[in-house]
Amino acid sequence: MATVKEMRTRIASVKSTQKITKALQMVAAAKLRRAQVAAEAARPYARRMASVIANLAKSVSGPSAPLLLAGTGKDQRHLIVVATADRGLAGGINANVVRAARERIVALTAQGKDVRILTIGRKARDGLRRQFGARFVESYELGLKAPGFDLVQPIAQQIIDLYLGGEIDVVTLFYSQFKSVISQVPTAKQLVPAIVDQAEATTSPDLKGGVYDYEPDENEILETLLPRNIAVQLLAAVLENQAGFFAAQMAAMDAATRNAGDLITALTIQMNRTRQAQITKELIEIISGAAAV
Amino acid sequence: MAKFHFSLVSPERELYAGEVDQVDAPGAEGDFGVFEGHEPFMTTLRTGTVTVYAGSARRMFEVQGGFADVTPESFTLLAEQAVEIGAA
Repeated sequence: MATVKEMRTRIASVKSTQKITKALQMVAAAKLRRAQVAAEAARPYARRMASVIANLAKSVSGPSAPLLLAGTGKDQRHLIVVATADRGLAGGINANVVRAARERIVALTAQGKDVRILTIGRKARDGLRRQFGARFVESYELGLKAPGFDLVQPIAQQIIDLYLGGEIDVVTLFYSQFKSVISQVPTAKQLVPAIVDQAEATTSPDLKGGVYDYEPDENEILETLLPRNIAVQLLAAVLENQAGFFAAQMAAMDAATRNAGDLITALTIQMNRTRQAQITKELIEIISGAAAV
Repeated sequence: MAKFHFSLVSPERELYAGEVDQVDAPGAEGDFGVFEGHEPFMTTLRTGTVTVYAGSARRMFEVQGGFADVTPESFTLLAEQAVEIGAA
């Protein structure tokens, strides 16, 4: 059995761990608020963009439609974009996204498709590199700055270059959707060919009998909007990830702090018992010593 | 004068939303001004200055690339990058 001194050291060590988890929890809570605001601030743009594209897509179709909307007509070469956070200590949030992506990659490979991978966030890279390292196109890190448009712009550009260069047919994005502070759902979303949300198209504005005038023309506007839409969707995913990550980290650290508290209570009781047993034993020795005299 | 709804959004946030009298913006094929009741109109944007008139207030934004969606009742400007450069 451990001595009282050993147990005291153990308690002190658990206490300092608890301080760290507590601090990390509070930092995550503060950052969560900021990340949530950022994710919400990015929503109007993404929503407007989706509805404009939906409206335009109705009038543009057939062979003249931009490649990013119409697709290559094939389904052979896939690019899987996996977005996670850079850091861990946040429960299963990163692992869940990586697992969803891995399942899809394995399924696609089993069907004989070519799969290539692009990762955003260090955890996505670390989680997939060992198994699929040869399939990597590129890995990006989020870095320490709050993610902004300048982070996703080069990624979007690379995806578009690959696509227009004829190297891939379908692009799917995996990220963690921020449902609420306690729920983040790993989600797959097809980026290319663009999926037009018909629900968005029906909410078209009241034109009072007028007809849209396009400058330059529909096709050219779509040609500039579609690439930008990829960047916008990437940014939305990264921002949701970030908010979800801090929420998950806050929950994980809250649990860790509580576990440490339980452990401290248990250890303290055990230590007190041991100490009391020690004292009792010494008393018995003294008393029986005195009785023997 | 009748007002209409104008919103200026960049990917990171919404910079302006509210009822305005007039908005001037740099369209791909020439600058244009929008009043209430404008013809439905969509265009891409050049880099330039967007001026928003609301009552006696005037605010100016520098936008870099983007897209404008004008209907008789509203004007939505999706800017790739936008910063406020002045008010009067």
